[in-house]
Amino acid sequence: MGLLGTGILKGLSVTLTHFINTYLEDLKYLGRKAGVEPRPLRRQSPKNYGLVTVEYPKERLPLPENFRNIPFLVRDSKTGGDKCTSCGICAKVCPPQCIWIVRTTDPVTKRPVPAPKEFYIDSTICMNCGYCAEFCPFDAIKMNIEYELADYGRIQEMILDKERLTKPDTYHAAIHPTDWAREQAEKAAEEEKKRQAEEAKAKAAAAKTAAAPAKPAAPASQQPNAPPQA
Amino acid sequence: MSETTPAPATATPAKPAPKAAPAARHAEKKPAVTLATMTPEMNAVQQHFGEVLIQPAPFEGFLVTDPAKVRDVALFLRDQLHFEMLSNQTAVDYPAENVIEVVYHVSHISGGRPLCFKTRVPRDESVAVPSVTPVYPGAEFQEREIYDMYGVRFSEHPDLRRILMWEGFNGWPLRKDWKEAYYEGDTKPFDSRWPGGHHKLAEERVPWADNVNYPPGFDPNAYVSNPDGNLYESMLTGTNGHELSAPEIDIGADTVVGVEPGLKTDQIIVNMGPQHPSTHGVLRMVVRIDGETITDLKLVLGYLHRNHEKIGERNTWLHNIPYTDRLDYICGMANEMGYVIAVERMMGIQPTERAEYLRVIMAELTRIQSHFWAIGFVLNDLGAFYTPALYFITERDLIIDLFEAVTGSRMMCNYMRFGGVARDFTPEQLARARELVFERIPRAIDELERLLSDNEIIKARTIGVGYMSAERSIAYSLTGPCLRAAGVPYDIRRADPYSIYDRFDFDIPVLYGGDVYDRYRIRVLEMRQSLRILEQALNQIDQTPAGDIQAGKKAYNHRVPAGQTYARVETPKGELGFYLVSDGGQNPWRYHVRSSSFINLNSMREMTIGQKVADAVVILGSLDIVLGEVDR
Repeated sequence: MGLLGTGILKGLSVTLTHFINTYLEDLKYLGRKAGVEPRPLRRQSPKNYGLVTVEYPKERLPLPENFRNIPFLVRDSKTGGDKCTSCGICAKVCPPQCIWIVRTTDPVTKRPVPAPKEFYIDSTICMNCGYCAEFCPFDAIKMNIEYELADYGRIQEMILDKERLTKPDTYHAAIHPTDWAREQAEKAAEEEKKRQAEEAKAKAAAAKTAAAPAKPAAPASQQPNAPPQA
Repeated sequence: MSETTPAPATATPAKPAPKAAPAARHAEKKPAVTLATMTPEMNAVQQHFGEVLIQPAPFEGFLVTDPAKVRDVALFLRDQLHFEMLSNQTAVDYPAENVIEVVYHVSHISGGRPLCFKTRVPRDESVAVPSVTPVYPGAEFQEREIYDMYGVRFSEHPDLRRILMWEGFNGWPLRKDWKEAYYEGDTKPFDSRWPGGHHKLAEERVPWADNVNYPPGFDPNAYVSNPDGNLYESMLTGTNGHELSAPEIDIGADTVVGVEPGLKTDQIIVNMGPQHPSTHGVLRMVVRIDGETITDLKLVLGYLHRNHEKIGERNTWLHNIPYTDRLDYICGMANEMGYVIAVERMMGIQPTERAEYLRVIMAELTRIQSHFWAIGFVLNDLGAFYTPALYFITERDLIIDLFEAVTGSRMMCNYMRFGGVARDFTPEQLARARELVFERIPRAIDELERLLSDNEIIKARTIGVGYMSAERSIAYSLTGPCLRAAGVPYDIRRADPYSIYDRFDFDIPVLYGGDVYDRYRIRVLEMRQSLRILEQALNQIDQTPAGDIQAGKKAYNHRVPAGQTYARVETPKGELGFYLVSDGGQNPWRYHVRSSSFINLNSMREMTIGQKVADAVVILGSLDIVLGEVDR
């Protein structure tokens, strides 16, 4: 046990250090980093030992790419249609069950058409877990990064219908560059695979016609690498 | 019985061999949950009580056939076989067999798997189970919860009232035939969502007027509200059935500790909370005070109750992961880890190496940030308003920023999956984690100690306050830092190892004061040990292949083989256990959370009696509860 009061003084030295660091960090920032590193980013980095406040409505922290909030639907800008096929997986994996989908049926054949007729997300219930985006096999639903969602009403404003949910895929590409690059790479790989499969099929067909009189069972052994047709 | 769930006659857990469910097809060679094998301990119990009384239960533990003998069995287990602590107590409803099963898990304080025993009572409330509170005082809240949720009566319980629901509530909510106000279906996913999902608000389906369910013969217009009359009455007359452990405190209204002898004083009842900054949420402490001295205390819980467990039984297995985040919302990832480990144990799958490391990194970062938070708010409760708290929140925010970058959300991370995790760290994120663990946080902890540990005011306010001895802590099922501060080195990471904690070199710190000061210091020591684990994990993670974060194929419709399990993890608050019962379907039959915050509150009463009112606030802060987990 030291002298009574030394513990308090030791503690006060910590607050004093914080006080001084605030100015030192600001000076450092003015001296070197101004204009290079945005101020909010600097303030909230692990290297900063000074003040951490970000003056929120005026300044904003950049959001990480993975940040997730209420989902949106992706529109394919090439075809102009929805990517969604209304398979219903998102509605099934949704923990609070806030996704409502009406499947389109063909008026003539009465068979389901792979496109949603109606699509609702009750954003008052959505818990932003991200399962819908994670388990969507068509990359048709993605999590948004908007977080200022307050509004005046509960029904009209908060229950999002298909029109309000749909956003172009350029928007998705802009906010999720990594995810978008992965999607494009997967798409390219799939197309490449399809092309190869078709080529192999054509080749096999040609070989078949050529070898038909002699050996009917030949094609199967000639192309072991061809993927099975889905 | 027409109201009974049409669901599965398969509810019976007696089905031995689980079918190879689709989700378990990717399982490793490890066998799924098996029938209980008789351990030496179970043989000892059987020899003592005889075959008629004790039978092997399907899947886990053994069955006490005569409910009246439960207390004898508990006493035998505690005194002869040294199962000193009641870890978990809950109940399961089996309407098909017309029984409610009361389940107990007891554990050795020296470690090992818990031992499970059960008993069965008919659903018609005709049979009362003897309360085990004389053996394990920590059963008090848990038995009240079982009574509240299932209507199982416990004889000789000191204070058997509803605990999470209000007095006068109609029905037993966790029974399978009870339906909530906005009941839509027994299990999710609901059919109304797809393919004909025309949106409908919950209150369109069940109008406001129809969502209240009164007990039979109740007239709301003639009702005069006196909800707490009995509670206050019992506290003022000292008839609330509690036996005080400290003999020097006389519960009579005349002589009370801390009061001048011979001075006649009145005792008054004061409500602290539910809306009170010191209660860390919506908790109500009803205290009987004599001057400044607390002579009795009762907790009123349930203001944040949403019946997490009922929701969990409606959900599919996967749906529950984001809900566990909302239990103890300060340390969501630790909760997720407990749940996925429980389900993996039932499915018999093993996460990948990389996923194990990522889980440990996340869990330990969670522990550090939670302890920063806890210490900051104890200081707030002591009156050091927000200066220390904000210093620590700054550090915590850096960790939370990392969570946000990796998982997409700051607190509701939803990161773990069965057999893996949702996302891998990018190299930049790993670098950020290393910067935090090797540079920033060690300095922050040093600074924290400089700021607080020697401070004379803190010492004067906390040393000797809220004392609880090791024996009483164990009896009250106190777990986590509070137990270790009382001199019991009990940590699930060592006592009942899970995940890959056996690989790391770390210590379980222990202090012997058992007071608020040691509960503060133990958290500092634990943060340092977490840093040690993190240093090793961050060094070893590079040996695992990047991106290999999911064992087997990622699936959304899991079927868990029929069986039961109790899996527990050490969260920053203590022992978090999940007791799960599966009937082989895609929804849990029973989903019980053994929440450490809730059970730690058992000991609050004994800690505060004889202390000053201002100290009650500090004692509550030092227990570090989160109301999301208390009320569930």
